[in-house]
Amino acid sequence: MQFLSNLIGGVSLGSVYALIALGYTMVYGIARMLNFAHGDVIMVGAYIVFFTFCSGGMHPLLAILIAMAACTLLGVTIERVAYRPLREAPSLAVLITAIGVSYLLQNGALLLWSANPRAFTSVVSVSPISLFGGQLTIPGNTVINVAVCLVIMVGLTLFVNHTTPGHAMQAVSEDRGAAQLMGINVNATISLTFAIGSALAAVAGALLCSSYPMLQPTTGAMPGIKAFTAAVFGGIGSIPGALLGGILLGVIENLSKAYISTQVSDAIVFLVLIVILLIKPTGLLGKRRVVKV
Amino acid sequence: MLERIKHMRSRTRSNLITYGIVIGFYVAVELLTAVDLLSSAFIGQLVPICAYVMLAISLNLTVGFLGELSLGHAGFMSIGAFAGVSFWVATQGRIPAWLGVLCALIIGAVCAGIFGLLIGVPVLRLEGDYLAIVTLAFGQIIVNVINALYIGIDSRGIHISLRDAASLGLAEGGKVIINGAMGITNIPKASTFTLGIVLVVLTLAVVLNLIHSRAGRAITAIRDNEIAAQSVGINLTKYKLMAFITSAVFAGMAGVLYALNFTSLVSRRFDYNTSITILMFVVLGGMGSIRGSIIAAAVLTVLPELMRSFGVESYRMLIYAIVLIAMMLFNSAPAAIEWRKKMAKKLSAAVAARKKPARSGSGKGAA
Amino acid sequence: MKKFISLALAGAMALSLAACGATGTSEPAANNGAASTPAASAPAASDGAATGTLNIGGIGPLTGGVAVYGLATKQGAEIAVEEINALGGLQLELDFKDDTGVAETAVNAYNTLKDSADVIYGCTTTDPCINVANETFNDRFFQLTPSASSTAVTEGRDNVFQMCFTDPNQGASAADYVKNNALGENIGIIYNNADAYSTGLRDAFVARAAEIGLNVVAEQAFPDDNTPDFTAQINALAAANVDLLFMPIYYTPAYNIVNAAQAQGFNPKYFGCDGMDGILDIDGMNPELVEGLMLMTPFNASATDAATTSFVEKYQAAYGSLPNQFAADGYDAMWALYDAANAAGIDADNMSHEDICEALIATFTSGDFSVDGLTGSGMTWSAKGEISKDPVAVRIENGVYVTM
Repeated sequence: MQFLSNLIGGVSLGSVYALIALGYTMVYGIARMLNFAHGDVIMVGAYIVFFTFCSGGMHPLLAILIAMAACTLLGVTIERVAYRPLREAPSLAVLITAIGVSYLLQNGALLLWSANPRAFTSVVSVSPISLFGGQLTIPGNTVINVAVCLVIMVGLTLFVNHTTPGHAMQAVSEDRGAAQLMGINVNATISLTFAIGSALAAVAGALLCSSYPMLQPTTGAMPGIKAFTAAVFGGIGSIPGALLGGILLGVIENLSKAYISTQVSDAIVFLVLIVILLIKPTGLLGKRRVVKV
Repeated sequence: MLERIKHMRSRTRSNLITYGIVIGFYVAVELLTAVDLLSSAFIGQLVPICAYVMLAISLNLTVGFLGELSLGHAGFMSIGAFAGVSFWVATQGRIPAWLGVLCALIIGAVCAGIFGLLIGVPVLRLEGDYLAIVTLAFGQIIVNVINALYIGIDSRGIHISLRDAASLGLAEGGKVIINGAMGITNIPKASTFTLGIVLVVLTLAVVLNLIHSRAGRAITAIRDNEIAAQSVGINLTKYKLMAFITSAVFAGMAGVLYALNFTSLVSRRFDYNTSITILMFVVLGGMGSIRGSIIAAAVLTVLPELMRSFGVESYRMLIYAIVLIAMMLFNSAPAAIEWRKKMAKKLSAAVAARKKPARSGSGKGAA
Repeated sequence: MKKFISLALAGAMALSLAACGATGTSEPAANNGAASTPAASAPAASDGAATGTLNIGGIGPLTGGVAVYGLATKQGAEIAVEEINALGGLQLELDFKDDTGVAETAVNAYNTLKDSADVIYGCTTTDPCINVANETFNDRFFQLTPSASSTAVTEGRDNVFQMCFTDPNQGASAADYVKNNALGENIGIIYNNADAYSTGLRDAFVARAAEIGLNVVAEQAFPDDNTPDFTAQINALAAANVDLLFMPIYYTPAYNIVNAAQAQGFNPKYFGCDGMDGILDIDGMNPELVEGLMLMTPFNASATDAATTSFVEKYQAAYGSLPNQFAADGYDAMWALYDAANAAGIDADNMSHEDICEALIATFTSGDFSVDGLTGSGMTWSAKGEISKDPVAVRIENGVYVTM
């Protein structure tokens, strides 16, 4: 029973990683860049939900929609100002810029909203599910997190595979130059990718803080790194891979905490990641790109 | 003498300039210190600057010359620091200080090198972003494990625990060296600016020689086109490892230098953010430019401190972030490069236009 | 690019040269005849022979992950400085620098401050404080830290004093308190194994518990205050039938833990230390979650004595939030410095920092020097620099502290 409970905890944590990883993987898959500021966009989204819902008393769905709109605007602006000028620059230059944006968001939030932690009220009002006569409880947040994850994954997959902008995204991902020659507006497509990724970040922020209520300017940083490894774990660029990677990472983290050591649980998570990448270097569901001369 | 410099190969001249900058910086600082013109804040940063310069040079070998992104450089720094400083603390008063420092530096470098080998062998098979993520993971593992590590020494030998200091079971008179999250405390400081500069020059000498050797050409060939390099018979694993381990060795040594400049040493100091900071030095200085790494490391170490003097204490990190983004855009954006070229052309045209009448007027060449 | 960087370097050098010429400015007291009563019942300002302006160099994290604690120590001190300066007499000038919670930056901050400061106030967190303490010891600056509680801070340094409890002292008294009041049969512990404060308290608690026969049945750790998830730890604690959970941690992870425990149907009694203070001031927190939580804190923001209410009022007016014990320690630290300077007859404008240091050390350790403040009354210091004050245990009832 304790094992099941730990497993459920792992799935709950993993579904949050997965939500964040979906954003990472979208942007990486299409724009070919590691958007290190993604975790901090999540933090911004969470703050907006906090002010509109937790202290503003708005309806949670409305609050999340506002946060999604705001984060979309933020994400697209970041892309326009900081990343687009570097489109043809070496990928490392973009990476460093993304780190700069991450610092900017964290320190901006610190000045704007202070370092004092805030306690987030859960946006989820689903009551916990009790099993085996109350021996095992599945928190309402876990149910919602997993459901939202699945919906988003399916939605994204359908969008990418069955709509015109989705096809444009795939084309840009395959070969940017060729896509442009085919009349695809590469800049608009990448902007759209950032818009979707950032809107997802707002949802992820709301759900992250609903499960784990402490909100601070640094809240997005560590889950961001973990989710990033989850995305790589699942095969970066792959939408189902992000979900699988996220959930597995959460489960591994929780089980290693429960049965090996809480002190070195982070080390174990990352060790597993290394081992998996060594065995299957492109992640669980990643496509292998064959480089030809 | 000047004639000879003029006729030197441009590479040798470029190397001499790099050494010149380091030595010149040293002489300038020593002179200014002698006449008491430097602020205490700046003097306090000299050893860290040297350590960061070493780290930037060594990381540039991996990132700039081998072309592999490493996000775990601080991990090697941490291993070196903890290994070297443990030795330094454990042997306090038993061997002369100079020997202790020397051994600490060597031990730190060797330990980091061993980890470089251990990580390098499997990891260098991975490519691009995957290698980056594995090095990031490695850095996190090091932080986490050392945070939970307890090492003590007594008459019966060395004791290790991952639980707490009490479970080391030290005999009477035993000493806890690494105390988990507390790390190592009461380290007698031993780093000096002179030692730092000596180590920077050593790093430079080794790295520059490696780059310009046959092995170095093989390394850059791998960066430019791995498949082509392999097809002409370059042993990929051997040269990749050579670059990676050299990089780790100097990171470890820099870690010792850095740690011996402080009274305490904690694992958290060498987290992901530190790795990123070092990477920033390399990228802003220009990947593949050793001189750029040196200057960027020095400037970016001083910059946040400098901002204190402007009375923008609370906006310091915000401004730092903006400066970073702006510098990146200015430095790497194709549009900005184009614009800079155009401006340079305009400028030189303007200078030429102004020179002409001056020359005809005075009848003397200004060049 | 190269030119740009070289220029920047040249600029950097030039400015760092200029920086050494900068001196602290002092402002005259705005209002000499203010009727404000000092909260600390200091030796009245009249017998204070101290004159001039005492430049205090403050160091603590104002940005980064631990900024919340640094800001509190800064703001608490600022309230006291304002009160003191309104009295006339000795003026305090606090110049507070950011160390981001990192030792290297703290030493840099100290080096920036040391050209103008007379005494050093800080650092907020342990590791930076150890490093700055080593510098102040060598340079002979008097240093008072509001909150760095490890014994490694003061060990072997006669010039460093603490305003807060030491970790061993607090951990041991927590164990005694739990034992003496029979608060629990099966004791569990959860601590941050990457934090010196938390491991220090945990070690002391465990050692003391073994001595006095407290039954510690489960111990869980976590590696980072930003850790969100505690499912596994809580399952383990619940499986061990823990009925009292000792939490030597800060309030941010504590709130996450309490929240998760409730969601998993695990409801032990909670017992925290001074780092727990502030949990009631979290914006948007649910007081029901922490109902019944006990903690040992030197400061109680809901206390009704005149000194506390006046401090809380001023603090809220200035910063819009309730002060926690970090802020209270900061406030007391300023008054302690002021009292000691008066007792020692410091002439701040004409004495060197070395002389001020020796004079203040002599006063602090004289035995008859004591300070009454927000965090205790009759507080005295040992020659080791450790404070002696009584920890007070409180229980949260209906969203306020009730002294137990």
